[in-house]
Amino acid sequence: MTTTVLPRVNYLNVRHGVASWLLTKDHKRIGIMYLVVVTIAFFLGGIFATGVRIELTTPQGDFVSADTYNRLFTMHGVAMVFFVLIPSVPAILGNFALPLMIGAKDVAFPKINLLSWYIFVIGFFFTLAAMVLGGVDTGWTFYTPYSTVYSNSNVLMTGIGVFIAGFSSILTGLNFMVTIHRMRAPGMTWFRLPLFVWALYATSLVQILGTPVIAITVGMLALERALGFGIFDPRLGGDPVLFQHLFWFYSHPAVYIMILPPMGVISEVIACFSRKNVFGYSFVAFSSLAIAVFGFLVWAHHLFVAGISPYSAMVFSFLSFAVAIPSAVKTFNWTATLYQGAIWWRAPLMWVFGFIGLFLIGGLTGLFLASLGLDVHLHDTYFVVAHFHYIMVGGAIMGFFAGLHYWWPKMTGRMFSNAAATLAALLVFVGFNLTFFPQFILGYLGMPRRYHAYSEEFQVLNVLSSAGASILAVGYTLIACYLVYSLFKGEAAGANPWRATGLEWKTQSPPIPDNFPETPIVNEAAYKYSEREIEVA
Amino acid sequence: MPDGVAAHADPHGPASATGFGAAGHHPALQHHFQTLAQQQEAATLGMWIFLVTEVMFFGGLLMAYLLYRVWYPAAWSEGSLELDIRLGAFNTVVLIASSLTMALGVRAAQTGAQKWTVRWLLITMALGFTFLVVKFFEYREKYLLHHIPGPNFEFEGPHAGQVELFLSLYFGLTGLHALHMVVGFSLLAVITWMAHRRRFSPEWYTPVELSGLYWHFVDIVWIFLFPLLYLVDRARQFG
Amino acid sequence: MSGHISPKKTYYVIFGSLMVLTTITVIVAFINLGALNFPVALGIAILKATLVILFFMHVKYSSRLTKLICGTAFFFLMVLFGLTLSDYLSRGWFTAPGGTAGAGTQVTIGPPAPTEGEPAEPAEEPARAPEP
Repeated sequence: MTTTVLPRVNYLNVRHGVASWLLTKDHKRIGIMYLVVVTIAFFLGGIFATGVRIELTTPQGDFVSADTYNRLFTMHGVAMVFFVLIPSVPAILGNFALPLMIGAKDVAFPKINLLSWYIFVIGFFFTLAAMVLGGVDTGWTFYTPYSTVYSNSNVLMTGIGVFIAGFSSILTGLNFMVTIHRMRAPGMTWFRLPLFVWALYATSLVQILGTPVIAITVGMLALERALGFGIFDPRLGGDPVLFQHLFWFYSHPAVYIMILPPMGVISEVIACFSRKNVFGYSFVAFSSLAIAVFGFLVWAHHLFVAGISPYSAMVFSFLSFAVAIPSAVKTFNWTATLYQGAIWWRAPLMWVFGFIGLFLIGGLTGLFLASLGLDVHLHDTYFVVAHFHYIMVGGAIMGFFAGLHYWWPKMTGRMFSNAAATLAALLVFVGFNLTFFPQFILGYLGMPRRYHAYSEEFQVLNVLSSAGASILAVGYTLIACYLVYSLFKGEAAGANPWRATGLEWKTQSPPIPDNFPETPIVNEAAYKYSEREIEVA
Repeated sequence: MPDGVAAHADPHGPASATGFGAAGHHPALQHHFQTLAQQQEAATLGMWIFLVTEVMFFGGLLMAYLLYRVWYPAAWSEGSLELDIRLGAFNTVVLIASSLTMALGVRAAQTGAQKWTVRWLLITMALGFTFLVVKFFEYREKYLLHHIPGPNFEFEGPHAGQVELFLSLYFGLTGLHALHMVVGFSLLAVITWMAHRRRFSPEWYTPVELSGLYWHFVDIVWIFLFPLLYLVDRARQFG
Repeated sequence: MSGHISPKKTYYVIFGSLMVLTTITVIVAFINLGALNFPVALGIAILKATLVILFFMHVKYSSRLTKLICGTAFFFLMVLFGLTLSDYLSRGWFTAPGGTAGAGTQVTIGPPAPTEGEPAEPAEEPARAPEP
């Protein structure tokens, strides 16, 4: 085995100094910059979650007041949804890997890409300011009229932060769409694209069509709160449920923004580490588009008990069942990919296994909630909380870590400790299940969400949940530790440490600023694991 | 080179063997694009996708309008009749005319008629500015009549609350539209200056084209806002 | 750069059509067509917008992708309007005896405002969905 060394010139060392980063147009540097901000947001969201879980270890509301508790879970939601889950895979991994995977020098609009990052940071600062000033207590869903008229918290400031951050998402989606349409290398036809790219395309569709609606909705909320314009005000004849319709028109597709890119990661990693082409490539590709489109047709399942028409509810219930189908298609195809594959037990695959099991549970429990009769009992209970955490943390975050570990050698040129990474994956998996599985039971037993005090009978399960959360925290901290350590002490990775197919593995690690010394020409399919040996470097 | 990926000479040089575009280092060509045509197609596609986001952005307000129009036809009638149809119609004519002059300006840039590009763009800006001036007077009148929703709102009649809803949406929709006009106006100012400095040619006039697309979009929004806001019940069915 | 160059005459003709349509829409607004006033006004607006899109924005001469993008925007706008209204317009359907009637379940707080043609609303009470 030849010893690999770090390439002498790469995108990380070609220019030095803070200005070279803050004024960069290199998509790879921008991806790293997003990683920094998202990590801070994740840490903040985690602190709020810690506050929530500490309070919930005892049935009485004795750690914080009810008002403070409302602020804690709200800020947890706002930080995690808008500043971690939405940007994580697209803005970090997508920014880094997309141009590489299609053989381009950069995204279509590099300056807009940088602007996206600045807009994200400004939005984050507004939200941080709101947190520092005392937070918001409306729930991340900002339902009216509480948020517009009665809440005494920093709704406007948080709304402005979310509004601004939304434009970052829109511009990233726009950039990616044009990049995929127009910047593919010669020979890279649509059906030779890696499935991660298909996933990013579908995500961009959702970002472009959905985010503007929440932008204007938050705008209307701000007008009502700041200027007294009454659009949702029942005292004028306005309808608070209209806010919910408009809010969820985005926020439901938003969950597909959060899950589609990690699903794309899963496709990439599962093929590489079972040494097999993804089963049913075109089905997986089209299922991404189907999820994006169908995802826009189901939003009122969040309004089942808000007073909507039962006939409309039936339609949305049916559509919510239908949207599960393309996700199921993916899951079957991933399983078929693993079947008779040569499993290579490396850290990225550990996250994939975690994802598949947990996403399955999260997705199936979504069907419970899509059933009208069940939802009447389960709405606003911990069952819902468990459901979406299984998808968001068990699914999206694990998918993110799978991708981070997969592309880490490409991003940094370094390998991390596989043993530490496997341990972290195990800790997160165990911690996650201990935290959130009891919550399904709690919800089934009737414990409502967003309450800082609860009946005695729920305590044991709550204690289990809080214990699990502490294990989760250890797992996440461990990831940060060994990844940072690898930056200094990790062995050089070489161009293709995972012996993967894909254009990004055909250039050095870390890549040169322009990605490829010469524009690649593509004349083979996206995955070639089943066919032949692949060069290591 | 590894299998499956062939080397390819950098196309930024003179016409390569694969005929990958004889862009010849046009000064406007950005380095991450292969050819000027690719860059222009990407830019146009980008602007179209941006306009899609704008459609959905206005869409939220329009949804609110739609619902309340169905619920409160009488209030919608009263509110609409408070608006000055002459100013609304005048503004509609002005804005459509500005779309014409914008289209003619893009055409002038396409055909290399530099002086006419500048002239048409200036006329478009003047028409846009006229629109905004009229809007200012309309808003001022509303302010003086205490028709601006909020704590100082005053309106006589049984549907005062819902008329306030109508006016909230009136100001929301036309205000958002006016904001877009201001952005468009600033954009045109920049483009006009660039045209004045002879930056455009039949080979490259992308910024003019993109500004045209944006300006036409803003016109289309007003084409809908005018009947939706000013023409609700001119035949006075709801009294 | 090869974009389609329209003759100036095309632009003037389209502008003329838009002016005619604007005039028509204003005149028709003063004629009482009852429930048809709204669809007619909307229809004329859609026609005007289509002319601007096809000719001023050159979509008639643009790629299929551009046309697809225009169609997509319109489609999703219709999804927003259509599915949301499907809720509001189907409230109060097949109401159980004693439930609220009338288009939409309207939420009002405060003394009822009696106007002709509208059912009297209960005071100080948001209208409820029909009891199961």
